[in-house]
Amino acid sequence: MMLDVQGLRTGYGRIPILNGVGFAVKEGEFVGILGHNGMGKTTLLRALMGFLPASSGRVQFAGQDVTAFEPYRRARLGLGYVPQGREIFPGLSVYDNLRMGCSKQSGGSESETIGAVLQEFPRLRTLLDRLGGALSGGEQQLLAIARCLCGKPSLVLLDEPTEGIQPSIIDEIVETLERLRETTRMTMILVEQNLDFISALSQRILVIQKGLITQEVTPDNLHNANLIGEFIGITD
Amino acid sequence: MDLFVLLAIQVLYAVASLALISVGLAIIFGMMRVINLAHGEFLMLGGYAAIVATSHGISIWISMLIVAPIVVGVIGIVVERTIIRFLYGRMIDTMLATWGLSLFLVGLTTAIFGNTTVGISAPLGSIEIGAYRTSAYTLFVIGISVVVLGTIFAGLRWTRLGLIARGTMQNANMAAALGVNPPRVYAITFGIGAALSGLAGAVLAPVSGVFPTIGVAYIAKAFITVIGGGAAILSGTVSAAVLFGTINQIATFVTTPVFGEVALLGAAVILIRVLPQGITGRFFRRSL
Repeated sequence: MMLDVQGLRTGYGRIPILNGVGFAVKEGEFVGILGHNGMGKTTLLRALMGFLPASSGRVQFAGQDVTAFEPYRRARLGLGYVPQGREIFPGLSVYDNLRMGCSKQSGGSESETIGAVLQEFPRLRTLLDRLGGALSGGEQQLLAIARCLCGKPSLVLLDEPTEGIQPSIIDEIVETLERLRETTRMTMILVEQNLDFISALSQRILVIQKGLITQEVTPDNLHNANLIGEFIGITD
Repeated sequence: MDLFVLLAIQVLYAVASLALISVGLAIIFGMMRVINLAHGEFLMLGGYAAIVATSHGISIWISMLIVAPIVVGVIGIVVERTIIRFLYGRMIDTMLATWGLSLFLVGLTTAIFGNTTVGISAPLGSIEIGAYRTSAYTLFVIGISVVVLGTIFAGLRWTRLGLIARGTMQNANMAAALGVNPPRVYAITFGIGAALSGLAGAVLAPVSGVFPTIGVAYIAKAFITVIGGGAAILSGTVSAAVLFGTINQIATFVTTPVFGEVALLGAAVILIRVLPQGITGRFFRRSL
């Protein structure tokens, strides 16, 4: 197992958000996590990354118990994070943002790593000198994914990459992620509300409701409107 | 003509010394947003470190350029690890704690060295400019501040540590998600800021002498320069130092040193009124 989560509970202060989440992800899998606002999707990824301490439960990553690890140690073990809101360094150039992505790299050359990653992101190649804060939302999203890949992660956590992005770039993001899935067999967890996006990419989809994983569905099932209503709680 | 050269050297010296006493603060306040009220005492400790090392037979150059920054840099890292790191984001608490540290350091140095001015004579002798003479050490101070500023620029612009420090100051959580250990970056950055202050205090020690409360003379000017400079720590510090140093020195030349200080403070008040974000809030915005 690449990632094994058992009984994970966490929250903000005394407000519980996750109430015992458990799931596992195999190497090379692309898993979607679906749920509407306030169900704990972002909280789950933040907890997996180590930004929120687990009040109980266990997170195992690449064979190690990382439950008590700080974010930077999880990152160095190969966990990659593309956060909600993208979190581009606004005062650094696009190229320097990518160099930040290389910061855990010990050997080898930064420029080689960045050059290889840019192969997948033609749009960024013309923007390297621009400040990160001056990019459009879609360009920032591509940059956030590229920056994450510069760290050569074995598991990538993607938090709502389509939020607030113009449709033309959403297609580009889907194509890029599909290509990466095919060529690198990288393991990914994608948190989304956009049904088309999540079903286009995921091999299986976990539904999160009120801080618990309640269902697992296949992407085909997502086109069944009744099921969706039931799973996401629109009909109740 | 000779007089003009002399005046030019003195203006350059005023600018250089202002930049020198401010760069350490520019890094600690400008980058880390820590209001370090013990900044003047870091300069003072640099002066004492150089004087003590020199009196133990170490060459004055090594004392000033190597011993003082290392000693104060280590003190800075200890201060960050024991006091500052608990107070990030708590501005008032940080001010209180560093003010307390400042009083402590003044008391400690008074107890050890006494409340008297100690000095080392400036090396290098003097040079003649036509009918006038000026200390060659003045030129050395100008040169060393050019070297220091150039090194900081190169470090921030081209080294990995500089990039990681800039990224971490902009968004520590994201940096951590990319594998950077933010507490370590904070400690190192604070240490470098302290080391630069130690260097500045040591380089200026032969000019001004050192006494336990000399920090008071430095700290207001350093804060004025850094705040007047604005967000870009390096070009901000340099441009504010050029502006304030020139005004100070020309006013001193025309009238008296006291009025020179008044002119500097007046210029600072007007600048902050006109450009509340400092010089680099309006100009050179993309610079470091």
